[in-house]
Amino acid sequence: MEDTSSHSERAELEEEPEFVDILEERRSSTDLGFALRTFSPQPYREASPCSSSDLSRAVMESQFLRYVVKEIATETGVTVKEVREDARTILEEMSQNLQLGFIRLMAYTLSKVFKRLFSNIFVNIEGLNMLQQAVQENPVILMPNHRSYMDFLAISYILFSYDIPVPVIAAGIPLLGMKIVGEILRRSGAFFIRRSIGSDKLYWAVLSEYIKTIVRKGFAPVEFYVEGLRSRTLKSLVPRLGMMHMVLEPFFKGEVFDITLVPISISYDRVLEESLLAHELLGIPKPKESTTGLLKASKVLQEDYGSMHVTFGRPLSVRRLCHNKINRCQYNLIPRDLPQKPSADIQACVSWLAHLMVRFQEGGSVISPWSLMASLLLQTPVTVLLGEGLLWHRLTEKTLWLRKLALEFGGRLKWPARARHSDVMSSAAERHRSVVRCQAGRVHLVQEDEPARKHAASREDGVSRTAAAVLMLASYRNQCMHVFVRPAILAAAIRTSRATRREELFNYFFFLQDIFSNEFIFVPGKSSQDFNEACYLLKKCGAVHITQQEVNVSDRGQEVLDFLQALLQPFINSYQVVFRYLCEDDHQVFSERQFLPSVRKLATKLILSGELDTFETLSSDMQKNVLSALRRLEIVRKTMGSEQSEYRVNKGAVRRIQDTLSGKIPPRKLQTPPDAKL
Amino acid sequence: MLDFSTAAPAYNLIAFIGKAVLALLLLVLCINSADFVFLKCRFHYLKLIETLWLHCLPISSGLTSSPAYELIFATICVHNRQEIMKWNGWGYSDSRFFFNKKGQAEFTGKRYRLSGLLIPGLKDWFESTFGANLQHKTPAILNSSAVLPPTLNDAFVEELKSTGIPISFEAEDRVFRGHGHCLHEIFALREGKVGRVPDMVVWPSCHNDVVKIVELACKHNVCLIPYGGGTSVSSALECPPEESRSIVSLDTSQMNQILWIDEKNLTARVEAGIVGQDLERLLNESGYCTGHEPDSMEFSSLGGWVATRASGMKKNIYGNIEDLVVHVKMVTPRGVIEKSCQGPRMSTGPDVHHFIMGSEGTLGVVTEVTMKIRPMPEYQKYGSVVFPNFEQGVACLREVAKQRCAPASIRLMDNEQFKFGHALKPQVSSIFTSFLDGLKKFYITKFKGFDPNHLCVATLLFEGNREKVLQHEKQVYDIAAKFGGLAAGEDNGQRGYMLTFVIAYLRDLGMDYYVIGESFETSVPWDRVLDICRNVKARIVQECKDKGVQFPPLSTCRVTQTYDAGACVYFYFAFNYRGLGDPVHVYEQVEHAAREEILANGGSLSHHHGVGKLRKQWMRDTVSDVGMGMIKSVKDYVDPNNIFGNRNLL
Ligand SMILES: Cc1cc2nc3c(=O)[nH]c(=O)nc-3n(C[C@H](O)[C@H](O)[C@H](O)COP(=O)(O)OP(=O)(O)OC[C@H]3O[C@@H](n4cnc5c(N)ncnc54)[C@H](O)[C@@H]3O)c2cc1C
Repeated sequence: MEDTSSHSERAELEEEPEFVDILEERRSSTDLGFALRTFSPQPYREASPCSSSDLSRAVMESQFLRYVVKEIATETGVTVKEVREDARTILEEMSQNLQLGFIRLMAYTLSKVFKRLFSNIFVNIEGLNMLQQAVQENPVILMPNHRSYMDFLAISYILFSYDIPVPVIAAGIPLLGMKIVGEILRRSGAFFIRRSIGSDKLYWAVLSEYIKTIVRKGFAPVEFYVEGLRSRTLKSLVPRLGMMHMVLEPFFKGEVFDITLVPISISYDRVLEESLLAHELLGIPKPKESTTGLLKASKVLQEDYGSMHVTFGRPLSVRRLCHNKINRCQYNLIPRDLPQKPSADIQACVSWLAHLMVRFQEGGSVISPWSLMASLLLQTPVTVLLGEGLLWHRLTEKTLWLRKLALEFGGRLKWPARARHSDVMSSAAERHRSVVRCQAGRVHLVQEDEPARKHAASREDGVSRTAAAVLMLASYRNQCMHVFVRPAILAAAIRTSRATRREELFNYFFFLQDIFSNEFIFVPGKSSQDFNEACYLLKKCGAVHITQQEVNVSDRGQEVLDFLQALLQPFINSYQVVFRYLCEDDHQVFSERQFLPSVRKLATKLILSGELDTFETLSSDMQKNVLSALRRLEIVRKTMGSEQSEYRVNKGAVRRIQDTLSGKIPPRKLQTPPDAKL
Repeated sequence: MLDFSTAAPAYNLIAFIGKAVLALLLLVLCINSADFVFLKCRFHYLKLIETLWLHCLPISSGLTSSPAYELIFATICVHNRQEIMKWNGWGYSDSRFFFNKKGQAEFTGKRYRLSGLLIPGLKDWFESTFGANLQHKTPAILNSSAVLPPTLNDAFVEELKSTGIPISFEAEDRVFRGHGHCLHEIFALREGKVGRVPDMVVWPSCHNDVVKIVELACKHNVCLIPYGGGTSVSSALECPPEESRSIVSLDTSQMNQILWIDEKNLTARVEAGIVGQDLERLLNESGYCTGHEPDSMEFSSLGGWVATRASGMKKNIYGNIEDLVVHVKMVTPRGVIEKSCQGPRMSTGPDVHHFIMGSEGTLGVVTEVTMKIRPMPEYQKYGSVVFPNFEQGVACLREVAKQRCAPASIRLMDNEQFKFGHALKPQVSSIFTSFLDGLKKFYITKFKGFDPNHLCVATLLFEGNREKVLQHEKQVYDIAAKFGGLAAGEDNGQRGYMLTFVIAYLRDLGMDYYVIGESFETSVPWDRVLDICRNVKARIVQECKDKGVQFPPLSTCRVTQTYDAGACVYFYFAFNYRGLGDPVHVYEQVEHAAREEILANGGSLSHHHGVGKLRKQWMRDTVSDVGMGMIKSVKDYVDPNNIFGNRNLL
């Protein structure tokens, strides 16, 4: 079975010959010629051509949709005809209309844009070759991560360049709102999905039949973001399962022999939207995705964004992955086109696969020197960064140390081989001058210019300006979190529990994983594997000695553990603040609407009083994750019947977590063995 | 009522003399190799002569086209069938495929229409499909001395001898009855490997003989395994290696009489050992038929059909065995089970016939069966349709089933099988020329638009009165046209059916050249037919690759029966095993995976081949725990000491 935890010693990427800069050729030959080149990809061999109207017809005529339409008509008292009309409207809004002409237009435009923005776009050729092969054999699902608007058509662009069938792409409806651009995207293969579908049964039915039909017919690869959204924090998001289930169902039900999943990792040296994102996380609402907004953003075209890396992962066979995990006979006794609630094993399998894909995306993503630098800068007190600054040579020294650790942990680090280390780092710092400034051998955090105001800025404003800068740093640190998170959790377990026995450590490790599994990606049910991986890595870098029973920190291990623990600290601190908020409040119930502002207020207060030095607590993403984690653990429950969403807290349970997290009490004994079945 | 033995036949004198000479020759042969059994039961001579006599009769036929099989004479009801049948391959010894010195395939013998003909296309197809090479031969090793001496229960033998029922301890007799026709069974025999075989063979000649044998078996605790035609493809005839008792093969071949024909009710009482072709021929002589024609009908027996729930090609008109049986008599360790009347349908609790049908020799011996018979059809017509692709073909069959207008037989071959059928075109022969030329022209003119790598063929057989057949034919072709099907001629269809009888011989040819293969079947709801065909074929290819098979396998299928709610699908699978250490093991793993795939796609464990020992690991999942318990409790009641110890099903 494919293993997420393999640690092949990796050479630094510059040495990997398989990466090719696709912009190189674009800079030397005409874009028009490129856009008009003959495009004759080898499609899936069982597919027959399918126009968008063929597709819509197949969906509308499907037994499944008929059934749901009838059901809805009965439930709501509306006529079948009307419901069908509604379905058709939904379908029209949704439908892609992939046309080669528009792919060419896209290829032309993107050539211009990409050349402006990026110095290179590196693509791993081996991955593309495997994809080219895979596309012919089975329906293919392309599963990129989503870090920037820039990556929306990047995959199509690359596939067009390499004569591989271009995909149809699941996009959020807001993109459709962008008048002409929406239509262009539609013709470039985008199909549009509403953000909050909720319990709209008809919408779900149309969407799932639409996607399943595409997979069954196999006329084009399907591309979708398993994370659901663009990650505002550049950290992987916990996968969404709805769409994943839809693309997999044709395999579960035997309608296709196999489905190939291709994880794709897109990594940026610098993300276009960095400051927008930070503001958004601080509660300053993001501009609506409008055409004019995009045009205004054209000033970004002047900036230096370094390179973009696109890694096409090894194509994975769903059939092989699911072997012995699900019982496909379960569909034998009900017509396959009747709506059916997925069984527990199917749900678990979908979730497992989705997590696995995100892990593969993480494994394939490329880490820049800047990401390491950001991680270290974040471990420097903000007061220092804003005040006298961090000594450049100190940062250099630590970064080189971290570089070694990252490589040892199997990170795919991109570190130019021939350049001098200091040059590599200073050019990274230069690229990110919107966040850091180097002056007289010291590094300082850059705060945005204060907006011109009528009245003097409050202290709170100061906090959020600092927070914006910190969050930008944090997002780059997040690019490498996946490399360190398992050992970091073990480090936290060692330090907090002060235990040495493996079993005890594992208990605490499992507790932390459980708390943070909305924050970081852990494949469900693989805790002991993760634990072993963490042990292995710490041992590998000489930080611990491991025996059958015990894990002991070595002398030189303290530095590693310090770093790892500090890496996790902002998360632990932030969670504690939210816990504190939940316990402080007099009443047991709080409303969804008041949650974010109240936590933010508390955090600001704590920062101003000097009690808290973690600005990341102000990130709405972090706050929401705590809430999701507590809801998952059923410590916070949505109350029924209230007008607006309200939650009820089990304060005792929150306090228990608080105390466990701070090491006052040991974690509870595990009820269920963590590695049950999947 | 019609007394069979007194039916006065009209025959051609010359043919009679010729055949009689041959029959005598055969008799001499029998005596030469004869075992003492023969000498002990002289009256069997009489019976044998009588049988041969009947077989010498010309086939009286009112058919416009004669049946696809056509034998000069058939005498497989003799004791030592191995004299005329292969002991380590399929069918008659004199009929086999081989590549002559020029590398052209030939089919030997005189029994079949293909006999004596050259098949020029076979070599190329064979070599290109399997990557096989005529230089690489794997001839069968003949070594029947590997058989262990019998474990005998002396008291049983003694008492049995005193009844005068013929028996044998000869190695050849025992080996011949120790296997069916699964690949691993034949492969082992070709390699000269013989496992546990029956310790002796007994030939009862009537119901009462069977009663005596079963009584003695119970008394002396020996294991009985009923043996019909030996065509089992489920390891049903394999002796359980763990069986420590003496194993007795109960060969039903001497119970081969039609006891009576009831023309008022259109039924016939037949002894269970009769083989298909004899039954049909004998009934034909009186103007009747059962219409039950499994592909193995040359050799399989009525009792075997009942015991395995067999299915015949023309079930659309005549029904499957369960539709044909009106009354059954079975001898069990508890006694004889039979119903008290022959009413056409009864509401008398669970139908006890359904304990008997499909019992696979685990409960007792079927001795006599009353079967429905029909007047022979006045007119028969073959036909064929070419479809642009398999999807369209399946859609057409589904529509035909929906309109309930399926002809006697309708079968749809996929593209690979179509090509295979093509490779089997014989060189010259009056009946083939027209077809050949026709087909050639056909391709150039009509099928231009069809992709030869996608098109597929349905073969059809219509039966009934002439007018109705023609009407029916039109109806079916009209439906086909809606699915892009083009009529492709009668010869094409007829050839398709005839090939079913010689195809079994081809596996032996393959085995001469490192190619092994097998077919297996399932039944599946209509909406899954396409999915199961695609997935199982792809699974076979994938498994072969995973298991290190060096050449892509032949993985093909056809839809052979249509029902209201689904269809029967056959898969054929063969590969070149050069370079593999344990080809049979690889083969078994692939077949196992293919069966898992079938089950995962909503297919049944078996449509008609049965479970035997080959598929019994899936029985529990198939019929549920309670279902297993029911079957088991019947077994426990009927046969508490497991006298019928072939260990099939459970
Ligand atoms: C080339 C080929 C083509 C085939 N085509 C078909 C087909 O079209 N349709 C189909 O249904 N099957 C087909 N079969 C499978 C096989 O012919 C059937 O299962 C057939 O019914 C077996 O009959 P038999 O007389 O050869 O039985 P055997 O092979 O001798 O025995 C089969 C089982 O039945 C038991 N048995 C036999 N006789 C009796 C009896 N009198 N009383 C109790 N138990 C008994 C045996 O113990 C054994 O378990 C085919 C097989 C081959 C090799």
